[in-house]
Amino acid sequence: MVLVYIDQADQQIKKSSLEAMSYGAAIAKQLGCEAAALVLGTVNDNLANLGKQGATKVYQQKNESLHSFDAKVHSTVIAAAAKSLLATVVVFAHNINGKAIAPAVAVKLEAGIVTGASSLPDTQNGFVVTKTVFSGKAFASIQIETPLKVIAINQNSFGVVAYDNTAIVEEINMPVPAPSIKITKVEKVEGEIPLTEANLVVSGGRGLKGPENWGILLDLAKALGAATACSRPVSDSDWRPHHEHVGQTGIQIAPNLYIAIGISGAIQHLAGVNRSKTIVVINKDPEAPFFKAADYGIIGDAFEVVPALTAAVLKSKAAN
Amino acid sequence: MKILVCISKTPDTTAKIAFTEGNTKFDENGVQWIINPYDEWYSLVRAIELKEKDPNTLIHLITVGGADTEPIIRKALALGGDEAIRVDSSNNDSFFIAKQIAAVAKEGAYDLIFTGKETIDYNSSSIGSMLSAILDYSFVSLANHFDCVGNTATVKREIEGGEETCEVNLPLVISCQKGMAEQRIPNMRGIMAARTKPLKVVAPIDAIATTSIKKFDMPVAKSGVKLVAPDNMDELVRLLKEEAKVI
Ligand SMILES: Cc1cc2nc3c(=O)[nH]c(=O)nc-3n(C[C@H](O)[C@H](O)[C@H](O)COP(=O)(O)OP(=O)(O)OC[C@H]3O[C@@H](n4cnc5c(N)ncnc54)[C@H](O)[C@@H]3O)c2cc1C
Ligand SMILES: Nc1ncnc2c1ncn2[C@@H]1O[C@H](COP(=O)(O)O)[C@@H](O)[C@H]1O
Repeated sequence: MVLVYIDQADQQIKKSSLEAMSYGAAIAKQLGCEAAALVLGTVNDNLANLGKQGATKVYQQKNESLHSFDAKVHSTVIAAAAKSLLATVVVFAHNINGKAIAPAVAVKLEAGIVTGASSLPDTQNGFVVTKTVFSGKAFASIQIETPLKVIAINQNSFGVVAYDNTAIVEEINMPVPAPSIKITKVEKVEGEIPLTEANLVVSGGRGLKGPENWGILLDLAKALGAATACSRPVSDSDWRPHHEHVGQTGIQIAPNLYIAIGISGAIQHLAGVNRSKTIVVINKDPEAPFFKAADYGIIGDAFEVVPALTAAVLKSKAAN
Repeated sequence: MKILVCISKTPDTTAKIAFTEGNTKFDENGVQWIINPYDEWYSLVRAIELKEKDPNTLIHLITVGGADTEPIIRKALALGGDEAIRVDSSNNDSFFIAKQIAAVAKEGAYDLIFTGKETIDYNSSSIGSMLSAILDYSFVSLANHFDCVGNTATVKREIEGGEETCEVNLPLVISCQKGMAEQRIPNMRGIMAARTKPLKVVAPIDAIATTSIKKFDMPVAKSGVKLVAPDNMDELVRLLKEEAKVI
């Protein structure tokens, strides 16, 4: 059986976990076995609906204490569940929590693990999983040598597949260790779309000259319903908050659309965004390296192009 | 307090990524090696700051690697830290590496283990989580702030769209990222002192590798940028809607 861990925030299933479920179901199909979901705590979503992502069963451990994330506790419960349910492959989303627990679960199951997987495993000869390496500049095909396997799938690399199923929900009851962590404060940027979960991202660099000029970028993001990001010098100069910094040393993202405004396209910046499906570059310098990585390019002054683009987006939305 | 800081060696961020031997090996030709930025800028510097506050703190550095990692570990010692341990193995399976670090950590009875968020070459982001499981320590990942009073640490970690503050008791594994500390540059005194700091080489313990790299591939190159005139943003919106189908 392929067991997929379903991660939640504020009792809502994360989109990256729905992708992971679809991915796990596709592996199960390949292996000729069932795909099941594992949910810790309670969520507001109807769990039977995970059938739509290919789950035939949903195992739920309801303890309230599992609502606050504790890597040690969560990995212990997930490993115990995987053992008792005789899972052969355990799948995680390679998101913030997935990164914290998938490797620990692999250790507890003595399973080989591939994190940052980018496609379905090749199960013809052995079990080979492709993953991104060198911050998206290359791929590596990794053979997992152990009988049990753990895979953490990159966000936005598999997509959500729709099935016509409803899953059977069953409660399980694994021993839950005492919490090792006490969460004392949660701060969320109100009203903004979390960068790592966003489908559309508008990003600005030093070409915007100063924080006072960010309005045109924010207007475009608002028109599109996009999250906002920036290059490293921009967050280092405190023009924008640190959590917006994307790149090799910042956050790595893979949205459907990345619009880069006044960013030169340094290799360390590209390392954080090169997995985006479509890249639009707005830069006044035709020689800017970013154009080589772009799908669409506009050579022009951001201060003219961006408001015009916002107007065009709004016009197109109004026409629909 | 005894801190173990994990140090890994990675190609410089601008290194040309190419492969040899039928795409099975990373081409090291002309590659400059650096301390993995997350290890150097964030975890090591934070450990040094903790020692500056409390001189009784002991900082040990560990790397699992061949003799070619010694210049990297010397550079790390020049930034700070009391001594270094190198486990002599070039195996790059995460599980194998974690077992080696855990063996040293057990023997040294460290209160705190710092790793980086991920290495910038293989991007596994696995070692910290694995160490916590092997040692049965608590684990806080992607931390951007760390403080400690007595046996209790206050740590901030990234969550989707924000951050979370938590309290957690030692012993503890932390994976560090931006925000944790500010990058430092080694000074002459540090470089001189590093020459005489102990660098112990130990043999690896028996552990199996659970994965092996079969081959590398380069991504398919973009077909080339399509230029849109700056005064024709309606056309860009049309392309994004109808051709790319992303809005
Ligand atoms: C180890 C290491 C790690 C790094 N990690 C990261 C990282 O994670 N993320 C990151 O972003 N960087 C990172 N960097 C820094 C990186 O090398 C670049 O310095 C940085 O990305 C440049 O930011 P920028 O493009 O905003 O600025 P610049 O390079 O200064 O580019 C500004 C661009 O704006 C254009 N421009 C100017 N005016 C206008 C206008 N009116 N309209 C349109 N365009 C205009 C210019 O033509 C230029 O191309 C790292 C560097 C190192 C050494
Ligand atoms: N060979 C190694 N020796 C020592 N520490 C390592 C090694 N590989 C990885 N690490 C540590 O683990 C962190 C995460 O690496 P990884 O899980 O490989 O992405 C790195 O930032 C280092 O702190």
